[in-house]
Amino acid sequence: MTRLLIAALSGGLFGAGLLVSGMTDPAKVRGWLDIFGAWDPTLAFVLGGAVVPMFFVWRLAARRPAALTGAPMPALPPQRLDGRLIGGAALFGLGWGLAGLCPGPAIASLAIGGTPALTFMAAMVAGMALFGLWNNRQPRAALA
Amino acid sequence: MEPDWIMGLIGGLMIGGAAALYLLGNGRIMGASGLLGGLIDGTGRANWTERAVFLAALVLVPALMVAAGLGAASEPVAGTGVLILAGLLVGFGTRLGNGCTSGHGVCGISRLSWRGIAATGIYLATGVLAVIIARMIGWA
Repeated sequence: MTRLLIAALSGGLFGAGLLVSGMTDPAKVRGWLDIFGAWDPTLAFVLGGAVVPMFFVWRLAARRPAALTGAPMPALPPQRLDGRLIGGAALFGLGWGLAGLCPGPAIASLAIGGTPALTFMAAMVAGMALFGLWNNRQPRAALA
Repeated sequence: MEPDWIMGLIGGLMIGGAAALYLLGNGRIMGASGLLGGLIDGTGRANWTERAVFLAALVLVPALMVAAGLGAASEPVAGTGVLILAGLLVGFGTRLGNGCTSGHGVCGISRLSWRGIAATGIYLATGVLAVIIARMIGWA
């Protein structure tokens, strides 16, 4: 039960932060990526505001034997830069720039973004499902 | 309304707070594409309730805030065809690369994970490229 309560609080705070920061506004995200045009630096403050406290939280987590609910702290995956990471990040970035939406803000926009948000979400879910089908047909290369 | 950068910083602190709560509370990395993707392809079946509750709150809270006048509904910058193409790229790409702006960006960079830092550099670069291309062919 505590796990679900924490999940709800965390998801809600994430959604509120995305809305407040302007990340749910695709024009703002496009502006951040438009470094050769009318560049909008807001996202640097969003990322900085999230990363700096999290840097210290990771230190704190490393000193704890387990999370509050008793779950183990997540292990750092092997630090390999493989084709999947590079290709996946490249494809993701192209879509991000075209629509001005990444997964978190896309989900947070579901009830406030009208038909375009639903359209993007449906396509994103389809892309994830396609990956699942494709991945199952690959000769076994371990997915983290 | 405060200047954009202050709102960005406040929102960023809230996002970081959410990631901190999820990590210290449930021992999990807050990554939007992984949370959703695990429900889509079945790899997250073991803890699907936790994922579903997280995602439901992620949809609900911004909706309530907009209804209460605490934020604006989002306006699209692309037409239907571009939205579909972009959605497919984001869905497939984040699963292939095992993360997005929250997992690789917020949680990975702050952990000084080379994978997170490299992924963020790559998706920022192709994001910039996509905006240039979109403008050249009249999608912007």
